[in-house]
Formats: sequence, C-alpha cells, structure tokens
Amino acid sequence: MQHQLLIGYDDRHTFLNRLSGSTKLLCFVGLSIIGMMTYDTRYLLGIMVLSLILFHFSRIKFRDVSFILSVILGFSVLNLVMVYVFAPHYGVTIYGTEHLLLGHHAAYFNLTTEQLFYEFNLLLKYTFMVPLALIFLMTTNPSEFAASLNKIGVSYRISYSVAIALRYIPDVQSDYRTISLAQQARGFEISKKAKFMTRVRGGVQILLPLIFSSLDRIEVISQAMELRRFGKGKRRTWYMAQRFKRNDYLALLIVGLLIVLGIALFRVNGGRFWNPFKA
Amino acid sequence: MTAPIISFKDFSFQYNSQTEPTLRHINLDIYPGEKVLIAGPSGSGKSTLGRCLNGLIPQSYPGTVSGQATVAGQDIRHSSIFDLSLNVGTVLQDPDSQFVGLTVVEDMAFSLENDQQSQDAMQTATQQWAQTLDLQHLLTHRPQELSGGQKQRVAMAGVLIDNSKVLLFDEPLASLDPASGKASMALIDRLTHSQELTVVIIEHRIEDVLQQPIDRLVVMQDGEIVANDRPETILRESLMAQLGLREPLYLSALKLAGIPLRDCRHLDDLTHLSAPNLTPTLQHWTQGVTLNAPVAHTDPLLDIQGLSFGYTPDHPILHDLSLTLHRGEMISLVGQNGVGKSTLSNLITGFLTPQAGQLTFAGRSLNQQSVKERADHIGYILQDPNQMISKTLIYDEVAAGLVLRGIDEDTIHDRVLATLKVCGLYEFRHWPISALSFGQKKRVTIAAILVLQPEMLILDEPTAGQDLAHYTEMMTFLEKINRDQQMTIMLITHDMHLMLEYTDRTIVLGGGNVLMDAAPADVLTNQAIIERASLAKTSLYTLAEQHQLDPTEFVAKFVQAEREVRACNTNS
Repeated sequence: MQHQLLIGYDDRHTFLNRLSGSTKLLCFVGLSIIGMMTYDTRYLLGIMVLSLILFHFSRIKFRDVSFILSVILGFSVLNLVMVYVFAPHYGVTIYGTEHLLLGHHAAYFNLTTEQLFYEFNLLLKYTFMVPLALIFLMTTNPSEFAASLNKIGVSYRISYSVAIALRYIPDVQSDYRTISLAQQARGFEISKKAKFMTRVRGGVQILLPLIFSSLDRIEVISQAMELRRFGKGKRRTWYMAQRFKRNDYLALLIVGLLIVLGIALFRVNGGRFWNPFKA
Repeated sequence: MTAPIISFKDFSFQYNSQTEPTLRHINLDIYPGEKVLIAGPSGSGKSTLGRCLNGLIPQSYPGTVSGQATVAGQDIRHSSIFDLSLNVGTVLQDPDSQFVGLTVVEDMAFSLENDQQSQDAMQTATQQWAQTLDLQHLLTHRPQELSGGQKQRVAMAGVLIDNSKVLLFDEPLASLDPASGKASMALIDRLTHSQELTVVIIEHRIEDVLQQPIDRLVVMQDGEIVANDRPETILRESLMAQLGLREPLYLSALKLAGIPLRDCRHLDDLTHLSAPNLTPTLQHWTQGVTLNAPVAHTDPLLDIQGLSFGYTPDHPILHDLSLTLHRGEMISLVGQNGVGKSTLSNLITGFLTPQAGQLTFAGRSLNQQSVKERADHIGYILQDPNQMISKTLIYDEVAAGLVLRGIDEDTIHDRVLATLKVCGLYEFRHWPISALSFGQKKRVTIAAILVLQPEMLILDEPTAGQDLAHYTEMMTFLEKINRDQQMTIMLITHDMHLMLEYTDRTIVLGGGNVLMDAAPADVLTNQAIIERASLAKTSLYTLAEQHQLDPTEFVAKFVQAEREVRACNTNS
C-alpha cells in the first residue's frame, strides 16, 4: 500500500460533519488569524485545548493522520531549533528580563527562561491549528469545498478549479503509476536499487508523458464544462451547498466571541505579548 | 413538411492550424425526430462536423467558415456555445474525462448550477432523470467507480437535464464492452421516442449501431459527404469497404455464400432479412466448406500454476488460476471490465506480486525476476501510446530500451533500423513523434518493445479508436510478426471482430478464474459465456440460428473462408 498522503473525507456522523462547509472554513480562518497574531500563552493554551476537544469529538482516527502529523511535528521542531540557532536572545529582547538557565550571560548560545517561553509560544501557534485544519478537511464533503470557498467571496471559477484539482488527483496518481511501470519495463530503473542521479533521470522520463496526458485531460474537461455552460453567468448555484442552520450560527457566534476576547487581550496586555516575567 | 432542425448549405470549414479545409461543401438537412448515423474513417471530418453542431466550431476552434449552417434556427457563426448547448446536448467519447462533478448527482446538476437554478429545482430535475435513466442508486457514487454503461448514462443525464432536443454522441461505443454497447444503443433508441429527440451518432462501428433502427446513414470521406441515404440502400450497394468502413459480418457472410444483395429485403435489419432461397443457399455453402485442422501449438512458453492475487485478502481478484500459453500462439484475453484482465497481465510482467502461484517462462521461474528482467522476454504495450512515449524523436524512442541496457552504439543502430523496417516506420525514423497519427504512435511503442527482442507480446486493446484501414494495417502487422518470428501474442480486447478474425484461441476470464479457453468461434456461440463475459451475440450467430445451421460450425467456417480471402489479398 502507498502512503495515505491525501486526507480522506468520511462521513463520521458527528455534529462537526453536519456543520456547513462555509461555517467550518470561516471558523478555521478566523481562529487561525487571531492565533497567529497573539502571543498570549493563556489564550493559546485555551484554543489548543478547545481544538483538541473538537478533534476528539470529530472521531477522526489517530492512525489515519499519524503520517501527516509526524511530518508537521518534524517541521515544527526543525523550525524551533532554527529560531534558537539564529536568535537565541530573542526572548530576552521581547520580555525585557533575563533568567539564565544554562551558559554564560555574554555567550551567544545560552539558554534563558524567556527564550524557552517564547519558543513554547511558537510551538503552540504551530500546533493548535493542526487539529482544526484536519477537522475542516476530514469532515467537509469535498463536494462542498468549492461551494464554501465561493460563499466566503472567492470567485466561483477559482473555487471550481480547486474542486477539479481535488477530483483529478487520483486520476493523475494512477496515470503516474501506469507510466512509471511501463518505463521501468523498458529498463528505466527508478527503484532504490539505482543511483540517485539515475533515479532523477528516470523521474524526468515519466514526467514528460504525464504532463502530456494531463494537458489532454485539461483540454477535454474544459470543453466538457463549456458545453454545459460553465462560465456563462457571473454567479452560479451549488447543488451541494448547505444552508446555515442553528448550529452554524452558534458556531460562528462562539468563534466570533473568541476572536473578540483575543483582541481584548491585546488591550489588557498592552500589545501582542503576555509577559509573565514582569510581575 | 417540417423545417429541418439542423441544416448545412454548401458549408466548408478550415481550421486555422490546417492548410486544407477539413469540411468541403457540406449539404445536409436533419429533421426533428430523425436518428442519423454519421460514419467515416479517421480524418474524414466526421468529428469536425460534430463540433459544428455543438458550437465548439468556430468558438473554441477558430477557423474559416464559408456557406451556411443553422442549428435549431441559429446560425452557428453568431451563436455562442452556451446558446447552442441549450439545444444540442453532447456526450463526448470518453465519459471518464468529461465528468466534472465529484458525485453522480453533482455531475447531473452541473449545467443547472451554471444556469443559477435553485437547489429545489435541481433536486426535482436530478430525481426525474435519475429515474428515467435508472441511476437512483448511484447518485452519491463517484462517477469514476461506475461501469462503462453506467458512466455513459450519467453523461447522458448531464445533458438531457437541459431538455435539449438534439442529442449528439461522439463515438458512444468506443469505451464500452459489447454487452453495454448493445444496451446503450437500445437506450438511445428508447429515448429518441419517449423524449422526442433528434439523435446524431458519430461512429465508425456501423454494425453495432444498426442493432437498433437508424433513419439515415451519412458517410463522410475526405471532408465530403459521399453517401446520404437509408442504411439499407447503402448496404445494398456494398460500398462500405470502398469507403473505408467495416461491413456488418452477416453481410460478408451473405456475399461469401454468393447471395446477391440486390435480391435481399431488410438488409439493415437482420431479424427481418429475407431473400429468395436464403436458407438452402446458406446451408449449401456451409456443407461445401471443410474445416481445416487447427494449427497445433505444443511448445509451452508461459506456464501459470495456482496464481492468486487480491488487493485485500478477502477480495481475491484471481484465485488459483492455471494456464499454459504456447510459443507462436495468437491469443485473445476477454472478460468483463474489472474481471482481472489487466491484473493478470500485470502479474505476468511483474508490476504486481502474486499472493500465491508459480510463473514459469520457457522453463525458467519468473518469480524472482524483476520488472526489468521480465521485460527482456515479455513486452507489454499499453492502450494509450501517449503513456509510453518519453522521447521526442522516433529513433531515440525505439533506441531507449537498448541504451539503458548498455548495449554498444553500432549494435543499437543496426537493431533499431531493422526494427523500424519491420514496423514500417523506417521512412519516418528522423521524424518527431508528435507528427505521427495515433496508429503510427502505437506502432512506435510496439517497435520500442520489439527492439528488445522479447518472445512474447501482451497488447492492451491494440486497435481501440482506429478505423478499418488502420485496424487492418495494425493486425496485418501483428499477424506477420506472429507468423514470421513465431512471436507469441496475447491481445486484451473487447472487440469481437478482432477475436474472431485474428486469434486462434480465446481465454475468457470471470469469477477470478478461467471461464472458458477455446477457439473464438466456440466462445462466441456459447450463450452462457457470452452473458457472463459481457460479450454479445454476433450477427453471424443470429444468422446461423435463423437458418437452422449449427452456429459454431457456421462461424468457424466463415472465419476460415474470410482468412483465406485475406491471405489471397495479402499475397497478391
């Protein structure tokens, strides 16, 4: 079996599934923006817990997402390390105090509580969105994607291209497989047995037919769409669009309040940072 | 007399990218309620004519137009694709590539969404058409996971939902197995009457379309209409072969038996066909032909023992399959879509690994050999040549396999040129591949495999999408390498003509195993197998039954007589 790179939608019969796609998208975008802006640890911990609770209720199985989670975790850790390497004193600059844990005051690489605290905030920011993004992707029917994008103001042509791209990923994958095997049969070695450069060259051999066959697909599909009047009007309706129900308004209200709370905290803290060191 | 719904008057069209007009002086009137078949070889302009009907010409394919063409009263030069699409619904050749919706119901509603209809209206319309086309249980499925016939019904629903009065089919049979093709033709006939449609079918497989009544047959050649009449009249004049089209099999049989076509009535409808002394003449002909003993191939080449495979253990696709292929055989592998034909060839070529079973090739076990090692003995040619071609020049493409095997340049040069000669591509050796026709590209892919000197070839639908001339060319070529080089050839196909006329042995797959392994004439006259493998009764079978002949014997004798005629033609 190949790795489950793509995230699969499945109707898991939860209240999250029943929310409209637009609601979930708006909530996700709203929370992400406020979460990216604030450095208030209490607030970040709050939404982290909230998103973990939601993730639990979404009934998404951990093993379905373990691969993508490990990738994200890997990148986050790498990022945190790089932040430390390039700016080990940034925490001190922000919070204005220095509590030395390791190393010397004058050394470039020393460890301060402030730096650790700052990087902890960063980690929270990287990770709180992940469960939310997964919930959005895995509980929203792909058919509703385009409709949701369109509803929040993205032009329907762009929204539909996103949907079409999603629809074609499996086709292109199977094309890739077929072409790759046919090339291997002629002697292009692209398995791990071959040297790196040979594999790269083999990959290029597959790319050419893949691009041509994909271009053919695009031509046919755009004709088929035109023949059914895609692009005629300034707007279009969506068969799968869901009307807002009570829960949708409720969800938007809660998220709205959370955002207001986040903005209020900027005031209280006198900026984006919450500083526990000032005491 | 009502006014024609489609009318061409001295109409010519030249694509901007071409130096010659593709359509010349077309005069054609099609009346409401008519069912018209437009036939012709590749490049005859029949698809271009179709594009004029749905407005793709001149909107999406710009070019020079002269003369007049109106569809439902609208001049095609001044109406947009959008306007015309309300009158003409188009079902493209490959339903797979035209699906836009993620589910069946969304695809059906696609044009209504573009018309900004309300969700309630869309639900009512999709319900209604799902019922008419028997799609109720498939609405939430992905269109890609349906069978060929179901896909076509979804594509039809997606255009019929506009209530268009003209329905245009571009090669509707090309991607269907014989049984679904037959069902699809029957459905089109039913809709023509119940929905009062005008139907235009572009197709070169005339016999299959004629299974249902057709009002008019329009034959095109080199951009002109060369025949436009009731099918019976055209069939009687026996013009098909001259026009590059395949004659219905029963017609060839009548001619072989020496029955003058001018004496026949209902030539286009086998069930009502009659002629003076038809039965005695056919019986007399059958008695006069002695069946030759079949050529026996006894040298085993590929031996398969107890082969099992499934993507998941509880759903085996192949289960305990055993089979022996002999050197020099020409085999057809048939069966319903999804029955494991591709799986079997993928197991042979090593693309897939079996859960159990032994593969032996010329006495050596294949089980431990890699894809590349097996490819030295067994060549596999995909249906779509574009998926195989990775170079821009013919010479390079054919040489690629040898270059990768590290063979010295002189040997490569000699072998490539020799192979190009065998494949009739020698004159093109410096050409870019993009300048070749589909059939020629296909031959390049075969050359690229033959140059590796395999002992066996597996070809997936070698003749799909090709007209009679290219089909015959391709098959004559394969027959030649089969005969001259004792090449073992296995063809995966839905084409019953191909099975009958060119192969000596047919293997029918079904239920994870071999359903039948016999001569093609035996397979195609076995009612139970025909049904289980989604094949269809050929007109020869029906003809034999009607005239108290033994179908298997009649078909076998017909095939033998045809091959003798063909051998004479090739030798002279």
